[in-house]
Amino acid sequence: MKMDLLTSLYVFMLAGFIGFEVIRSITPLLHTPLMSLTNALDAIAVVGAIILAGEHRSTLATVLGTIAIVAATSNVVGGFLITDRMLKMFKASGPKK
Amino acid sequence: MTNWPGTETFIEITYLIATALFILSLVWMRTPVTARRGVRAGEIGMALAIGGTLLHHGLDYKWIMIALVLGTVIGIPLGRVHMTAVPQRTALSHAFGALCVTLVGTAEFYLRAPNVPRFMMAVLSMEVILGGLTFTGSLMAAGKLQEYLPQRPITYKGQNFVNLAFLAVAIGVAAYLVHDPSHVHLFPLMIAIPLVFGVLMIIPIGGADMPTVISLLNSYAGLSAAAMGFVLDSKLLIIAGALDGASGFILSVNMSKAMNRSFTNVLFGAFGQEQVAGAAAQEAPPVRSATAEEAAAILGAANKVIVVPGYGMAVAQAQHKVRELYDALNKRGVDVKFAIHPVAGRMPGHMNVLLAEADIPYDKLLDMDEVNGDFPQADVALVIGANDVTNPAARSDASSPIYGMPILDVDKARTVMVIKRGMSPGFAGIDNPLYYLPKTLMLFGDAKSFVGSIVRELTGGGHG
Repeated sequence: MKMDLLTSLYVFMLAGFIGFEVIRSITPLLHTPLMSLTNALDAIAVVGAIILAGEHRSTLATVLGTIAIVAATSNVVGGFLITDRMLKMFKASGPKK
Repeated sequence: MTNWPGTETFIEITYLIATALFILSLVWMRTPVTARRGVRAGEIGMALAIGGTLLHHGLDYKWIMIALVLGTVIGIPLGRVHMTAVPQRTALSHAFGALCVTLVGTAEFYLRAPNVPRFMMAVLSMEVILGGLTFTGSLMAAGKLQEYLPQRPITYKGQNFVNLAFLAVAIGVAAYLVHDPSHVHLFPLMIAIPLVFGVLMIIPIGGADMPTVISLLNSYAGLSAAAMGFVLDSKLLIIAGALDGASGFILSVNMSKAMNRSFTNVLFGAFGQEQVAGAAAQEAPPVRSATAEEAAAILGAANKVIVVPGYGMAVAQAQHKVRELYDALNKRGVDVKFAIHPVAGRMPGHMNVLLAEADIPYDKLLDMDEVNGDFPQADVALVIGANDVTNPAARSDASSPIYGMPILDVDKARTVMVIKRGMSPGFAGIDNPLYYLPKTLMLFGDAKSFVGSIVRELTGGGHG
C-alpha cells in the first residue's frame, strides 16, 4: 500500500515534468486547440466511471457512475471533434494565385 | 464471475499504450504541420483505453452503453459550435469533466466509508473539492461568455475574504475527515462548499479576464482528474490529469504575464480587482480622423502592413472582411502580417483560430515576441478592435494602471490606423495616448463595414 502510493506519486511527478516540457514547446498559435485536446484526453476519467457504473456495487454508485459516463463521453466526442475542426482550418500560405 | 486468464494484463497493456499515445498526441501538437496526427493519436489512445476497460470482468453493460450513447449524442453538437463560441464550449467541457470526477469521487467515498484510509481520504477530498469548484466555476464562466450572465465583474467589499473563508472551511472539513473518516455525515458539506465557492470565485471576474480564468479552470480540472487517478490507483488517469494540469497551469501563467498580473494573483483567483477610476475627464486633445478612401490610398501605397486584431474584430464579425483586405493588399504586392497579442480573444490562442477560419495562412499570424521587432519597419499598423494591448502608456507611464503590461509596439510603425466606433476607453477603462499621436489616423465606424469600404476602394477604385 505504502509502495503503491509512492509509485503513484513518482508517476504524477514525472508526468508533470513531461507535461511542462512538452506544453512549453507548443506554439501559441495552437493554444486553443491544445486546450480542447487536453480536455478530451482528460476525459479518460470515463474509464473510472465505466467500472463504477458496471460493477453495481450500490445503486448510488451505478447512478452517479452513469451520469459521469455521459459527462465524460460528451467531452471525448466533442473535444476531439472540435480540435480536429480547428486544426483543419490552419493552412500555410501556399503559392499565390 | 468468470475471468479469462490474462485479461487483466491485457487491459493494463491497453492503458500503457494509451498513455504513450496521449503523450505523443501533445508532442505532435507542437506545430500545425503535425497537429492533426496528434488528434489521431489521442483518439486511438482513447478508443484503446475505453475498449480495454469494457473487457473488465463482471461488468453489466446496460447502463454503460446507454450512457456512452447519450454522451455521444450530447458531444457531437458540442463539437460543432461556431468558432466564436469555442471559449464557452471549452468552459462547459471543463464543467463536464469536473462533474464526472466529482460524481465518481462521491460514489467511491460512500462505497468505502466509514473505513477510508487516511491517504485515500486526503486525495478523495482533493478530488471532490477541486472537482466541485471547477464544476460550478466553469458553468459560471460559460454563462458569462455566452452572455446568459452579466459580463461585468460584480465586486463588493471584503469579497476576497469571504471567498477565502469558504475555501478554508472546505479544507477544514476535509482535514477533519482525513483525521476521522467515520464522520460520514460531513461529506456532503465538503461537496456543497466548493460548489458555492466556484460560483463566488467567478462573480468578480469580467470578460477581459476570461483567458486567465479558463486556463486556471483547465488546470484545476486536470488536477482533480489526477486526484481521481490516485483514488482508483490508475496510472493512466494520473498521467492524463497531470498533463492537463500542467497545460492549464502554463497557459494561465502565460495569460497572467500578458495581462500584467502577478502569479499569486492568479493562484488565488483574485481577478478583476477594483478598477482604477479613470483620471478626471480632461479636455480631450485633438485627434486626426480619416475616411475609408484616404485609408485605402495609404494602405495601397505601403510596402509592409501589420494588422493588429482584437476581440472587437471578432465581435463585429469582421474577420472575413479582413481576409478580403488581406487578399486585396496581397494582390498589390503589399506584405501583410498579423500581430496577435496573447490575450486577444476570450481564451488563449482564440484569435488565431478566428483568423485561420477566415482562411488567413497561419504563417502570417505572429505572436507578440515575434512581431514586435517588425513594427519600426512597417509602413502602416492597422488596429482593429484592439485597445489596451496597444497602449504605449504600458511602456512609458509608471502611473498608468497597465504599466508594465507587455504590449504590441504599434506606435513604432510609420503610420497607425485605428478602426474604432468612438473614443470610449477599453476594458480597463484607461485612455490610450496612441490615439492622440500625430502619426495616428482614427477611422471611426463599425469594423466590418469600414474594412469593407476600404476593400471596395482598393479593388474598385485604384485597380486596372
